[in-house]
Amino acid sequence: MSVEHASKRIIEGYARGGAGLCADEVWAVEAHLELCRVCRDRLSAAVRAGVPAAASLVDTVWSGLEPRLAVTATMPRRRRRPAPLSRWMTPAMVPWLAMVVVVTLLALLLDLSGTGSGKVSWVLLFAPVLPVLGVAASWSRGLDPAYELTASVPRAGLHLVLRRTASVLAVVVPVLLVGGWATGVMVAQWLLPCLAFTSTTLALGGVVGVTRAAVVLAAVWAAVVVAPTLATSRTAFALQTGGLPAWGLLLAIGTGVVIARRGAYTVLGAHR
Amino acid sequence: MTIGKNLGKEHRMTSAVSAADIAPTAYAWEIRATGLKVRVGRKRMAVDALDLSLGTGVHGLLGPNGAGKTTLIRTLATVLRPTEGSLELLGEAVGGMGEHRALRRRIGYLPQEFGYYKRFTVREFVEYMAWLKEVPKADIPAAVQRAVERVGLADRADERMKALSGGMVRRAGIAQAIVNDPAILLLDEPTAGLDPAQRLRLRELLQELGTDACVLVSTHLVEDVAAACTDVVLFAEGRLVFQGTVDELASAGGPGHVGDSPLERGYSALLQDPGQERGTW
Repeated sequence: MSVEHASKRIIEGYARGGAGLCADEVWAVEAHLELCRVCRDRLSAAVRAGVPAAASLVDTVWSGLEPRLAVTATMPRRRRRPAPLSRWMTPAMVPWLAMVVVVTLLALLLDLSGTGSGKVSWVLLFAPVLPVLGVAASWSRGLDPAYELTASVPRAGLHLVLRRTASVLAVVVPVLLVGGWATGVMVAQWLLPCLAFTSTTLALGGVVGVTRAAVVLAAVWAAVVVAPTLATSRTAFALQTGGLPAWGLLLAIGTGVVIARRGAYTVLGAHR
Repeated sequence: MTIGKNLGKEHRMTSAVSAADIAPTAYAWEIRATGLKVRVGRKRMAVDALDLSLGTGVHGLLGPNGAGKTTLIRTLATVLRPTEGSLELLGEAVGGMGEHRALRRRIGYLPQEFGYYKRFTVREFVEYMAWLKEVPKADIPAAVQRAVERVGLADRADERMKALSGGMVRRAGIAQAIVNDPAILLLDEPTAGLDPAQRLRLRELLQELGTDACVLVSTHLVEDVAAACTDVVLFAEGRLVFQGTVDELASAGGPGHVGDSPLERGYSALLQDPGQERGTW
């Protein structure tokens, strides 16, 4: 950027009080001085050299100000660092996500060691409810101490819901991918129920609170899928390929409800 | 002048007065409630048919425990929806399913039970809140420093929250409330846990903030109101009992009323319930 600096005549005239300058010159030089450090330095040199009265006034003001500035802690220089992790997940979510990862690994271990009930995959059985736990932890009144502050900010609502859900999925899905790959379960077979459950938790959470919704859905899952599977030692119909369209429909409905009721996440009700 | 605010941003320095600063306001009152009702739980009306208009200045919200002060402040912070009646904040009608993003950027709120993440430093906490409040990214470091300095925590800004005393945590809470330069500042019991010297400082800060913002401070300490507030709102059982200046509150009480100061006597005179005997809670 090429900048034209103020002339020596103008700077010196301004230092002497601006009486020798036209009004437009004074206006222009002031506007320039606000933006230009070079010319401010030149002005300061001109004042020191030619106008002792102003220089001594500045020194008096500075000597009065200095002790007060010295005791004030200064701001640290800006650190260049990536956006903090807290923008994606609250510190309260971290232990829950760790737990989710551990549970997945345990399920994987059971599958691989073959101690499960024959043909049923534990990873498949747990996959849909695992992200629900993480999502619940991110909106829980009991787990997130700053829930009331968070509910009151402009960024609350759909924006924050999606950010936190995305961060939960970003942790859970890769772990499940590894588990699914190791046990030979088709990706769509667990990914669709997983996403459908997450969106339903959020949709229901807008009405009764996310934590309650998570508890209800986990209970429904245990009663409808896990219990029959374990009792009959056969993968429930819901988890077979035939169930996929139903999961897709549930995902679409859940997502639609979340978007339509996005205002619900900005009040305290969603944190129950 | 904005020089102090913009130090270090040599070529982006804005002019001293922005268009937003000189734009005329489109509302008469920062907070205006008409027939406001807020239901808590299944059937209890914590705020019951409230008519209230508040402009700039420091307003003390006084009332006995359970009067509905916290519910009112939560409603004004838009985290509870009004059940009935109308509420206008900065000229915008509140209610329904809207997100009120633009409005919330201009509100500062300190909840009564204010939670925080213990591992964060004061600066990280206020920065995080500034980000949540959509303060422009370039302004965050300066805004955070200014807020932390105003509550006198500049020298402790890089310590973890869990290492702070209760009063300092409270001040960090006030810092997050003022970090976005709010036009409406809602403080629920900000003096709880502060020692007398800190309470004096807070009163000064409130008076400073009250010159160009609408500050609503809920408290049950009458002397806080006397020292810091331009105006008193007395609230009992969800209804407005009295609104007026501190002097008017004092003149409502006579020598026969309970209390150690004119203000306390005025307070008990206005809240006097014929069915309640002396000595009961």
